[in-house]
Amino acid sequence: MDRKNYRTHVLVCAGTGCVSNGSLNIKSALEEELKKHGLDGEVQVIVTGCQGFCERGPIAIVQPDDVFYQSLTLKDIPPLVEEHFLKGRPYKKCMYVPGKKEDAIPKMMDIDFFKHQMLVVLRNRGRMDPEKIDEYIAFDGYRGLAKALTSMTPDEIIEEISASGLRGRGGAGFPAAMKWRFAQKADSDVKYLICNADEGDPGAYMDRSVLEADPHAVLEGMTIGAKAIGAVKGFIYVRDEYPLAVDRIKKAIEQAKDYGLLGENILDTGFDFDVEVIRGGGAFVCGEETALMASIEGQPGRPRSRPPFPAERGLWGKPTNINNVETWANVPIIIHRGAEWYATLGTEKSKGTKVFSLVGKINNSGLVEVPMGIPLREIIYGIGGGIPGGKAFKAVQSGGPSGGCIPASLLDLPVDYEKLAEAGAIMGSGGLIVMDEETCMVDVALYFINFLVDESCGKCTPCRVGLVRMKEILERIVAGEGTESDIGSLEALAHTIKNSALCGLGNTAPNPVLTTLKYFKEEYEAHIRDHRCPAGVCKALITHRIDPEKCTGCTVCARNCPVDAISGERKQPHVIDIELCTQCGSCREACKFDAIIVE
Amino acid sequence: MEAVHRIIENYGKRDRSLIAMLQDIQREKGYLPREALKIVADEVNVPLSRLYSLATFYKAFSLVPRGRHIVHVCTGTACHVRGAVKLIDKLEQTLEIKNGETTADGRFTLEEVRCVGCCGLAPVIVIDEEFHGKLTQKDVGKVLEKYE
Ligand SMILES: Cc1cc2nc3c(=O)[nH]c(=O)nc-3n(C[C@H](O)[C@H](O)[C@H](O)COP(=O)(O)O)c2cc1C
Repeated sequence: MDRKNYRTHVLVCAGTGCVSNGSLNIKSALEEELKKHGLDGEVQVIVTGCQGFCERGPIAIVQPDDVFYQSLTLKDIPPLVEEHFLKGRPYKKCMYVPGKKEDAIPKMMDIDFFKHQMLVVLRNRGRMDPEKIDEYIAFDGYRGLAKALTSMTPDEIIEEISASGLRGRGGAGFPAAMKWRFAQKADSDVKYLICNADEGDPGAYMDRSVLEADPHAVLEGMTIGAKAIGAVKGFIYVRDEYPLAVDRIKKAIEQAKDYGLLGENILDTGFDFDVEVIRGGGAFVCGEETALMASIEGQPGRPRSRPPFPAERGLWGKPTNINNVETWANVPIIIHRGAEWYATLGTEKSKGTKVFSLVGKINNSGLVEVPMGIPLREIIYGIGGGIPGGKAFKAVQSGGPSGGCIPASLLDLPVDYEKLAEAGAIMGSGGLIVMDEETCMVDVALYFINFLVDESCGKCTPCRVGLVRMKEILERIVAGEGTESDIGSLEALAHTIKNSALCGLGNTAPNPVLTTLKYFKEEYEAHIRDHRCPAGVCKALITHRIDPEKCTGCTVCARNCPVDAISGERKQPHVIDIELCTQCGSCREACKFDAIIVE
Repeated sequence: MEAVHRIIENYGKRDRSLIAMLQDIQREKGYLPREALKIVADEVNVPLSRLYSLATFYKAFSLVPRGRHIVHVCTGTACHVRGAVKLIDKLEQTLEIKNGETTADGRFTLEEVRCVGCCGLAPVIVIDEEFHGKLTQKDVGKVLEKYE
């Protein structure tokens, strides 16, 4: 790697979020500007994978100064280069400012969002170019593989993973080593291995980010797993919605092959292993392992009952081991640094770290990696900086459509597999969607049931029919037409579906309803008894009104109303005709004076 | 239909790559024309019904022509709680079509999609693979203007 010749590096984020905000243009502008000042021999611009703080993009970090720049625009580049690189003083305008009255924070490691994180899986994010294998190697990449292939037996590899306590990051938290052992023991000349990068949970994007920021870590992990199990071929099943991830992993495969780290006779040890990328067809249920395998075989992705488990009969009937992206990305560092080190991280039963996507109604939204067992409060307030606009925290949704909503009273819950399950949620893939007082929990329950009705493959009756019945009841409730018996019916349906559905989709589908009923029953009751939506979301139960004290008669609301329901003279308070109003909220978004009230 | 033959060749006519072939055809043509499906069925030697079963199972496929620009509104949970529904309302009003429909002039097709994995920028819409984040109803008109 030729980084040594430069005194300073500017690491420009090129994750999907920052690229959509124009970070690649920022990169070119930086290079041009540096050249103009004759600094291009001293300062090197490097594009990296997602650095996590997506909301503030485009972002760039200057190293070794550790200065963090955010929300960059092309106009900022000339003054930034002049200030930082010519005059040697960080450029204040693009620094992170935590709150309105607070001072700008120049150094990345002084910013709460970064300070409290612990990077194991995301260790290479923001420090290397994911499209250059040399950079990965310079940061100890492929050392774990070299160790596994040259000085460990397959049993020793599995032993090491077992001692580390690594559990699957794809949802259920099944011990990785146990699954590997089943596949290893299976008697077959051909075995397969799969990396599950379908990432279907809405509100979760950690797998996308790992593939974009560190594709070689996933390949290295898979190759180590292949050696342990005796697999000849691996498949990475990636959502078609992730074009950048697909592109990066394909490049990584080519490079690894060129370097003799993948393909035939890897590292001259006589071991062969090849990897192919398969693009998913856009069906949530294809994240389920048996459906995913059907999809790789070119069939519609419908799950089948287990047993037989994939370790016995998987792809094309052959023994197959499937793990999630993040699970695979943990493997190289466990082998390289040792299980003993890894097992010091996390809690007794949940070892290591977990990457979460901290999103929704939160100040600092982005991707965060923390040790298992950290309290929710620390993630939401310590790292996330709390709720925007001084609003009150209501709940955090964990685990996607199979998960649940955790209320404020459980904010001190330590986050690990067991504790989340006790609360009625699950770890899932790691989406944490924060909700505030303006989020309606009945609407959220309906949102997930709608999602699951759409995504149910239709094979088993409890899921295909039962979920539709739940949806109908919830639709009645949000329309203000619910009855007292609806809550009981929802609970009864939920338990039946949980116990009788064919696959994990149906078994866990009622969780969003059950947890919102458990912790937010009074919100359901307000809809049913008082025909009121306390959060002001359900259109049938709210009215928009203009506060005559605050209205300045600027006419913006009237011009934005799609149904011409607002009238009034210029400079006079306006009024909404409730007969015409569709409660779409356009006026409220357009009003600059907070004069539109929702009741 | 030259392109369709080329795509089938790219995958060595293997039936396990049918989904990938259909994805590439859709990318090329904007949808899956019946004629193209017939060619695939012939060349890969599978019944046409198998292709229809794939094309109707997987959400990403369309059997009818779509507009010049595809507007995908993300309906992931983060986007939902940050106002995706309002964006959909506004898009439907502005384009005068409903979810899944194409404007009369063939300029836009509006589709609600599952999480696009850009949750830090919620709410997000994606037009022809270009991401637009942190949108409010007010921004919708300006964003659409860019696409002829
Ligand atoms: C409906 C459904 C959707 C799933 N979606 C995913 C997914 O998107 N990504 C994933 O890694 N696992 C998903 N899983 C879990 C997989 O079936 C499987 O357990 C996992 O990939 C195993 O990897 P792990 O042991 O490393 O966690 C899903 C399961 C179900 C029931």
